[in-house]
Formats: sequence, structure tokens, C-alpha cells
Amino acid sequence: MKKKFKLTKKVFSFPYILFLILFVIVPLVLILVNAFLDSDKNLTLNNFKTFFSSPASSIVLGNSLLVGVITTVLCLVIGYPVAYILSKMSSGKILVLLYVLPMFINFLIRTLATKAIFIALNVELGMGTVLFGMVYNYLPFMIMPLHTTISGIDKSYIEAAQDLGADKVTVFLKTTLPLSVSGILSGVTMVFIPTISTFAISQLLSNGKIFLFGDSIQLSFEQNLYGVGSIMSLVMLAFVLVSNFVMNKFNRNNDAVRRSLW
Amino acid sequence: MVKLKNILEKGYLFIILAILYAPIILLFVYSFSNSSNFSFDQGFNFDAYIAIFKSEKSPELWNAIGNTFLIATVSSVIATIMGTFASIGIFNLGKRSRRVVENVNQFPIINSEIVMAVSLMIFFVTFSFPEGYLRLIIAHIAFCTPYVVLNVMPKLEAMDPNIYEAALDLGANPMKAMLKVMIPIISPGIVSGFVMAFLMSMDDFIITQINKGAATGINTLSTYIYSDARVQGLEPFWYAIFSIIFVIILALVLSVNLVKIQKQKQKEAKAK
Repeated sequence: MKKKFKLTKKVFSFPYILFLILFVIVPLVLILVNAFLDSDKNLTLNNFKTFFSSPASSIVLGNSLLVGVITTVLCLVIGYPVAYILSKMSSGKILVLLYVLPMFINFLIRTLATKAIFIALNVELGMGTVLFGMVYNYLPFMIMPLHTTISGIDKSYIEAAQDLGADKVTVFLKTTLPLSVSGILSGVTMVFIPTISTFAISQLLSNGKIFLFGDSIQLSFEQNLYGVGSIMSLVMLAFVLVSNFVMNKFNRNNDAVRRSLW
Repeated sequence: MVKLKNILEKGYLFIILAILYAPIILLFVYSFSNSSNFSFDQGFNFDAYIAIFKSEKSPELWNAIGNTFLIATVSSVIATIMGTFASIGIFNLGKRSRRVVENVNQFPIINSEIVMAVSLMIFFVTFSFPEGYLRLIIAHIAFCTPYVVLNVMPKLEAMDPNIYEAALDLGANPMKAMLKVMIPIISPGIVSGFVMAFLMSMDDFIITQINKGAATGINTLSTYIYSDARVQGLEPFWYAIFSIIFVIILALVLSVNLVKIQKQKQKEAKAK
């Protein structure tokens, strides 16, 4: 039963709404504007030409997608069993903390730690070390939403499937797996987007040989190529919006997952 | 059969955990060796820890640590105040405008950090904001406040509106009723929002790195790590600093969550 009432006035939200418009919306609009400006602030479409015709950008895009997809798949394949096994254990709620905890340590520190170890072991820095670093960094982001979703599944569904004669594999494939799709999607988004957009990890772990999207966005702004940098940011933005749209279609538990840590 | 499966499952969990923590533990162990190449050539010593205070890089390092805390404190305090009032306001907006604002509030969270970072940089350059702390603090407030709102909002929703109305009926003016009744009730959300904003700000690298401006020389801990270690790799004193950070974070997160789990258990026990 909810009564109609006013707690206090709406005005309290106005400063923040103004802030959001100024520092979130206007900057994003400026990216869009800058995509159409040349270095002298004249309207142009050349940036798009430069971006779409240069082989460098297709290499970066290809590399990013490759690293992003492989990292995401590896995180899912490695992380799902962890989340699944933990959700069956009575102490799983506490144990999952251990898997999530590294997330709170700055990614630069974790990356530099792995790099130091690779160097000490004489491992050549390249695609292999980049992938290891990415999976190492983002595995917790996969395990967390998966565990929240899987341990939230009503046990009676699984019991019902068993009572109806399904064997273990069938129970998993036909009940547990479909019921954890929202967790999988959250995990995939939380791994894929940061993987392709982060800057520094691939740079550090490949000694600057492999550039991903985040690295090249940073680099183009550093070289004052605002136009091309803006277009790359727009492409990145499109990735973000599409993946979030897909995820929201299934579930809005992304924030619930993030919040559940606190 | 069941036993074998059990062993396999436990073994798998253990291997993944070992891989996740191997770099952290190795760094911790070798922080007592004063070496960068994972050897105990110089024996067990605390030189790396001493170097935090007494090396040629100490002034820069402590400056960076100071900046990290300064920016995190200022921006998380402002974010918490603005976010708390914003939540109360948003809660009272009409259905449609509330949805719009909540969606925009989500944006800094779902957006990739690099896009947010460069969008703010273009903004600051376009409107020629002075380089330095102002840009950094605005940027940090921008990505911290949404977390405050997300933490306060559920508490407002869970609050019994009658309590607030009772305060009004008993003669409190709206301002007093808000400060004395509403704020205390939603305070757990405000506190967790503040803690989260503070940690987010401390942890940030990408947005700070892109908005700090090359000429100002301002560094936070993470941007200083990047500029120092990118080229020559990690000097021994970094091992010591990382180890200290590991220990603090481990202790902090574990204690926060263990307390939470304990509370939950108590609640469940009461419910039974």
C-alpha cells in the first residue's frame, strides 16, 4: 500500500541535473561535434575518410575484437565452473569474496606485477602475455555476476527437473544454464567492454607492440588528432550502448551485482 | 565417484585461486628482498620499505600519495552531498522525468572510462577550464556521484513514508524533518555511497591520466606508477608499496563484507 506523498521538494535534484547536463551530456555531444571538425575547427568529413581508409585503424579494430572476444570467452569458460561450484557450497557466499577481491586492487598494480613476473621468467611479451593479463584482470568481473545469478536460482526448479527424470547433464543444460543467461550477459559486458577500451594493459604487457582501442584513442588525443580520436570514441560508445541494450533486454541486475558487494 | 568429483571441484577452485593470487603473493614475498628480479641475493631485509621514505623518489611519491587522498576526499565529499540531495529530489520527480534522470545517472557507470575521460578533456579544452586540480576534481565528482545516488536511492524507496509524515504532523518543518528523520534513516546508503565514491576516486587511473594535463606535473599514485614503471619496470620500493596496498585492501574489503555477512546471518536467525 503506497500513499501519495511528497517527501521534500524536487529542487534538490536540480543542481545534480545541471551537473549531469554540463559534465556528462555536453562532453559527449562535443565528441560528436569534434568528429566533424578538422584541426582548424572547420566542418569536414575527412576524419571519417582517414579513419575508415587507414590500415592502422582496421588493425587496431581487429586486434581489439580478437583480444576482447578471446578474453571474454576464456573468462566465461574459466569463471562459470568457479561460480557454479561455489554456488553449491554452503560457504560459497564467503569464498566468492576471495575470487572477487583482486578486483579492488588497482589494475595497473596487478598488470605491472604480472609483467614483472613474466620478465623474471623470461617469457616473451606479446599476444600471449596480453591475453593472460586481460583474463587475469577481468576474471573477477565475470565470476561476480555469474555467482550472484547462479546462487539466486530457485532450487525447486532443479529439484523439479530431477523429479521429472532428467539426468545431471540435462538438468544443467535445460535449467541451470538458461536461468543464468542474465548473469552470463552481465559478465560478458563487464569483461568485453573494459578489455577493448582499457588503455595501458595491452601496451604494458606487449611492450607497446599490441595496441587496442583504448590505447589508440588515448594516443590520437595525445597527438592532437581530435577528429580521429572522436570517431574512435564514437565507435567505442556504440559498443557500450549496444551491449548494454542487449543486457537490459534480459535483466537489469548489473547494478544490483555491483551494489551487492557493499 | 562422488568423492572424486568433489576432489576435482575443490582442486579446480584452488588452482584458479592460486593463479589469481600468485602475482600478489610473489610481490609481497619479494618486497623483503630489495630486488626487482625475484631473487633473495641480498637476503631478507626491509630496504624496499625504507626506500619509500628515504630515496630520491620519495618526495615525488609522497606528493602523489597526498594528491590521491586530496582528490579522493574533496570529490567524494562533494559527490556524497550532491548525490544525497539529488536522490531525494529525483525520488520526488514525476515518473517520466525520474526515469530520464536515472538513465543519465547510469551513463558514467556503463560508459567506458576512456570515452568519459576524453569527452571531459574535450569539454575542458573547449571551454578553457584551468588545467590542474579543478579539472581533476570535477571529473572525479562526475564518475563518483552516480554511485552515491545508486546507494541512496534504494534506502529512500525502502523508507516508511509515514515516519516522515509523522514528523511533519508533530510540528517539524520540512527542513528539520528531513535532517532529523529522513537523513538518519537513509544514512547507511549515504555512508556506503561515500565509501564507494572514495575508493573509486582513489582507484582511478584512466580519467586522471587523461585529464591531469602534461604541464601541471600533478600526479596521483596511479599516474605516478604509470609514468615511473612504464619505462624502467618496477623498482624495489614499488614492491613494498604494492604490498602495503594489498594488505590494506584485503583487510578493508574482507572486514566490510564479513560484517555484512554476519549481519545477514543474524537477520536470518531472527527470522527463523
